Amino acid sequence: MSSHGSYYLPDPSPYPVITSAGLFSLALGFVLWINEVALGSWLMLLGAAIIIVMMFRWFGTVVSESEAGTYDKQVDFSFRWSMAWFIFSEIMFFGAFFGALFYIRMFAVPWLGDTELLWPGFEADWPTAGPEGPIALQPHEVPGPGQFTPMAAWGIPALNTLILLSSGVTITFAHWGLLKDNRGQLITFQFLTIVLGILFLVLQVEEYVHAYTELDLTLKAGVYGATFFMLTGFHGLHVTMGTIMLIVILVRCMKGHFTPQRHFGFEAVAWYWHFVDVVWLLLFVFVYWFL
Amino acid sequence: MATAATAHHDEHPYGIMRWLCTTNHKDIGTLYLWFAFIMFFVGGAMAMVIRAELFQPGLQVVDPHFFNQMTTLHALVMIFGAVMPAFVGLANWQIPMMIGAPDMALPRLNNWSFWLLPFAATLLLGGLFAPGGGPAAGWTIYPPLSVQGGMGTDFTILAIHTLGISSVLGALNIIATILNMRAPGLTLMKMPLFVWTWLITAYLLLAVMPVLAGVVTMLLTDRHFGTHFFDPAGGGDPVLFQHVFWFFGHPEVYILILPAFGVISQILPTFSRKPLFGYDSMVYATGSIAFLSFVVWAHHMFTVGLPTAGELFFMYMTMLIAVPTGVKVFNWVSTMWRGSMTFETPMLFAIGFVFLFTIGGLSGLMLAIVPADFQYHDTYFVVAHFHYVLFSGSIMAIMGAVYYWLPKWTGNMYNEAQGKWHFWLTAIFFNITFFPQHFLGLAGMPRRIPDYALQFTEFNVWSSIGAFGLGLTQLLFLYIVVRTIRGGKKATDRVWEGAHGLEWTLPSPPPYHTFATPPKVD
Repeated sequence: MSSHGSYYLPDPSPYPVITSAGLFSLALGFVLWINEVALGSWLMLLGAAIIIVMMFRWFGTVVSESEAGTYDKQVDFSFRWSMAWFIFSEIMFFGAFFGALFYIRMFAVPWLGDTELLWPGFEADWPTAGPEGPIALQPHEVPGPGQFTPMAAWGIPALNTLILLSSGVTITFAHWGLLKDNRGQLITFQFLTIVLGILFLVLQVEEYVHAYTELDLTLKAGVYGATFFMLTGFHGLHVTMGTIMLIVILVRCMKGHFTPQRHFGFEAVAWYWHFVDVVWLLLFVFVYWFL
Repeated sequence: MATAATAHHDEHPYGIMRWLCTTNHKDIGTLYLWFAFIMFFVGGAMAMVIRAELFQPGLQVVDPHFFNQMTTLHALVMIFGAVMPAFVGLANWQIPMMIGAPDMALPRLNNWSFWLLPFAATLLLGGLFAPGGGPAAGWTIYPPLSVQGGMGTDFTILAIHTLGISSVLGALNIIATILNMRAPGLTLMKMPLFVWTWLITAYLLLAVMPVLAGVVTMLLTDRHFGTHFFDPAGGGDPVLFQHVFWFFGHPEVYILILPAFGVISQILPTFSRKPLFGYDSMVYATGSIAFLSFVVWAHHMFTVGLPTAGELFFMYMTMLIAVPTGVKVFNWVSTMWRGSMTFETPMLFAIGFVFLFTIGGLSGLMLAIVPADFQYHDTYFVVAHFHYVLFSGSIMAIMGAVYYWLPKWTGNMYNEAQGKWHFWLTAIFFNITFFPQHFLGLAGMPRRIPDYALQFTEFNVWSSIGAFGLGLTQLLFLYIVVRTIRGGKKATDRVWEGAHGLEWTLPSPPPYHTFATPPKVD
């Protein structure tokens, strides 16, 4: 590092370009894989491996720079601004899928029901898999072929709402522990948050298995299945990433990283965790509850 | 640390490793600009194929499927490969120097957002060599056509994802830099307008690139994983794609033009030797345009069968954009009013911009009128309109910016006579290419079709001749830029007599690291 005022300017780094190459391998492999070209899955594996190694190295560098005290207050603010705006961009990503859901429910499906030109007699009720998709079962009906059962809100989803809301509380207790320099409280509640995150994911997998094996509710079950699995799936992916981030922070807490004054890494992950929490609440209301 | 620093000063790896690993905003700016320049020629070559085919009626040069790939890729390459990276390159070079910052806020991330681009371009162009060829459904990749296309469409989708990551990271970095790295005393309302327009552009990028990523993901799952987002048989709707796409697409066109507004607002005061007229109103107008860009998207879809209330809402909102845009044009003209004007190449490009972009803005207003749009939709009138705002708008602003700042970057003056030749040839050939397309569109010639009825021949011949001239002229631009980098009359620090701003207080060329200690602004 050279001196350019107090603002830390990192030396040239090979990580970004190698990460880009990894991402390229992953993307190219993915295209080949979905088009059933044999090489595809190997390229994907290679790309994923490169990205994982680079994430270890790159984040490792940032963590050790941070612990060495290289970052001044201004650098800290750069991190804060960019994390906040990154979460904003994530909100917009979910916005695209929520927008699709609202458009489908409020416009596309009612219009399909109104026209007698294409599929006369199609009833525009939500949930639907469309005029040529399987028919949505009403509660208490016995399932048969060509039908699917919509996911009920008051089983696993309600429980998961409780779990994620509780995890928002536990991470706040962990943060208070950090602020009071009470490592015991910090580590205990950080650990509890991770347990809740994993519990959420296990129940989500359970719900998917239930949907596929017993409800005939799949990604292919028309537009209800598509919106259901894409919204909950991308959310689940974000919870998975959030949980990994929480685990990294836990390990750092156990190694004695962070001080009551400086712990942006912890806060960034907490912000992210609250973000996935809020997305879940919207999912619970609009995907599960108001059918 | 300070002693080690002196030894380290300006030190960087040499050869290819300098460029692969750099964390320096000037290096990264140079990379972005060269990448954009290369893509400009790639996309330009595709335009030449299109114009060669359209030189005369009938099918003679390429087969229709390849023609469709060319129209699709020409747009994608120019938007995502040329114009956007060029503006990010300008941002990288200029923003730290204009706000007195030592570098961008997050230098490693900065390197990453650049190096994603060549890989994304490889994916995008690689599709051409896949079985079935490249994407051929138009750059808007509307389903159901894009659901039916071959592997090239998948390449495009993944390329868009990669480009999107690059744009989001670049935008994060620019926002963090502008909000956090300004020299003491440089308040928001004292920032150069180029910095302001980029702040707002970065916000737009963060808001809409993820939406594009979302909609192409839905397209991907419809293609390969059996979802029915855009298939009415499963309860979906192809029009849904258009809504989500244009929710991205309209702010995107302002992403392509707002930094151009910023560039013009830097150049005009310099060569008019007057401060920018109506600085505050320029800032508010930029903000208003950005806000309105989120509520006008369906004007791209007037003929798709929207409810009347929707047509009216989107028509009025679109026409409202003329107000802040009018404020801007008024301010630019007023900046020049009674100024001591001189007409160096950057100024010629800036005045050309004001004149030609306004033509494009007015044809945009015509397109905003729903009943008129029913007639113009999908004709060459639309093609003429968006080339007036994108070529004589964005690209001429980028060229003006290059002439304006190249002496600062390289320390050498470009050859003024050659620069003027470049401007006049570009402006004349541009108008020969695109002005007749207004008439073609009004007479009903559809866009994106490789053949046309005989009565359209003469204007198409004009248009093709203009396009070939326009393409060749850009080789002159390349020559001028390379020659300036290699040598030329030494530029002074201020470069232009009327130039104001922090970047002009630095030596030409500026040292590798600038503003290690922030300057004081009062």
